[in-house]
Amino acid sequence: MDIGFMLIAALVSVSGVAAVSFRNLVHCALSLAVCFAGIALLYLNLGAQFIGFAQAIVYIGAVAILIVFAILLTRSSEPDADSIWSSGRRWGIALALAFVVALFGGLSEGLDKTGGRNEVTVKEIGHLLMLDYLVPLLAIGVLLTSALIGAVVIAMDDSNEGGNGE
Amino acid sequence: MNGLDSLFINLKAWILDLPWIPEKALPLVSMAVSISAILMVFPFLFAMTTVVERKLLGRIQNRYGPNRVGPYGFLQWAADGIKTLTKENVVPRSADKIVHFLAPLALLCPVLLAFSIIPFGRNMTPIELDAGLLFFFAVGAGTELAVFMAGWSSRNKYSLLGSMRAVAQMISYEMPLLLSAISVVMMVGSMNLNDIVAAQSEFSGWIPNWHVLTPWGLLGCFIFLIAAMAESNRSPFDLPEAESEIIAGYFVEYSGMKFALFFLGEYMGLFVMGGLWITLFFGGWQAPLPFEWLQWFPSWGWFILKLTALIFFFIWTRGTLPRVRTDQLMALAWKFLLPLSLFNLVVAGLWRFSSEVAVIGQVVRWTLGFGLVFVLYVAFGSQFGTGRRFARRTYKYVD
Repeated sequence: MDIGFMLIAALVSVSGVAAVSFRNLVHCALSLAVCFAGIALLYLNLGAQFIGFAQAIVYIGAVAILIVFAILLTRSSEPDADSIWSSGRRWGIALALAFVVALFGGLSEGLDKTGGRNEVTVKEIGHLLMLDYLVPLLAIGVLLTSALIGAVVIAMDDSNEGGNGE
Repeated sequence: MNGLDSLFINLKAWILDLPWIPEKALPLVSMAVSISAILMVFPFLFAMTTVVERKLLGRIQNRYGPNRVGPYGFLQWAADGIKTLTKENVVPRSADKIVHFLAPLALLCPVLLAFSIIPFGRNMTPIELDAGLLFFFAVGAGTELAVFMAGWSSRNKYSLLGSMRAVAQMISYEMPLLLSAISVVMMVGSMNLNDIVAAQSEFSGWIPNWHVLTPWGLLGCFIFLIAAMAESNRSPFDLPEAESEIIAGYFVEYSGMKFALFFLGEYMGLFVMGGLWITLFFGGWQAPLPFEWLQWFPSWGWFILKLTALIFFFIWTRGTLPRVRTDQLMALAWKFLLPLSLFNLVVAGLWRFSSEVAVIGQVVRWTLGFGLVFVLYVAFGSQFGTGRRFARRTYKYVD
């Protein structure tokens, strides 16, 4: 394990823990953004430029902002008075441990099979997406568009229909 | 390939050749040299721009502008710098101290990172990335969060509102910005900025093959320019700093050096956006004319010249255009720039697949291309027309 990986892994772990343990929700959201940035760095450390930058654009540029706006629009920024520990924390911890065990079980067989770094250019990814995986890509596009339209329809307020317009 | 052109490359090679630098430290020294070059040139350009901007705005508004410090006031930037460095740093008592401290840094660092992929001259790209354009937008993604951090941590309702406004503006204009840049990626077939510059290196007769001189490029270049101005809070989209109407915005609670950092970050963002604009549409560091006697002029000189012209244009628009309202700002992004940039992708696609046609076909292609762009512009622009006719303005006390 190289030193870069260790540093990034530490950053991701610390910010990930911070994201669930701060009392103030906005602090949580900001640590989550740091965590996202760390994951993008992990991808870059593995030589996956495209996915690393895409991670930064989508998660820091869109998801983190979305979370922050959702927090600000739905509740006050004053921290909650009650404990940060959820009542069902035992189940959560058990589930997380089970997930870790499952991951280790699944990965331990494959770990020695992964060879050296395989640098893929953006051009190759583009060719794959536009030729081999065109149908799945289009399907995802249609799905996301319909979800977007659905969200707009749900959020639309019909009570003002036919009102004074401007 | 004269000495002037490769001056900075030779300088860097000379520094790396110094005998007392250990072999192992060479990559670090190489990085440090590139970083310090960026950190010296662009903040200095920022300092110069503030003075020139105030002088030019003064000229436009029929007043003097700064004229006390140094010859014709051209050392005003030094006075301003010393002033901001020695100013008291006021932090509101209820502010979230850590986030309040981090916000200016979180804004400035991504912007400085973005400089590392711009080709400033022949063989003068600090980092050559395969996904360079994507890197630019990836680091830019962090700035919105920084603006939010600044507004939220100040614990002032006006700065919070201002930051929401600024973030909404940045998100809205990011879409046309990205989409107009994608049209270039479609045509070149690469996200590497050096490839994009190389794709514009040929000449047709005297006319350079710059992307701005094609139908999709012309439209894309204007969309990118407007979106870049809005993204970097530049007039006429400088709502986040409209201090007289809506008391500035996310940085009202900042003072001294931290305020200066925001100011610096904004101008740096403007420069790097301008640099990308030049790279994408104006041939990067390429000379505009193919003549032999122009060869002595270095490639980085062309880049600086184009960037300076662009900065002049920004100052000119700031002195000329009134500030837009928030609803106009949003309408422009979502009802005009976004559909235009989407349709521009279609135009770019048509252009891409009709490049092999013969002479008469070429005439049809160019006419159709520009015609399509014009029709799109008129179709989407007509919704903003008010039908008013403007008469020539007459002044009573000015000749």
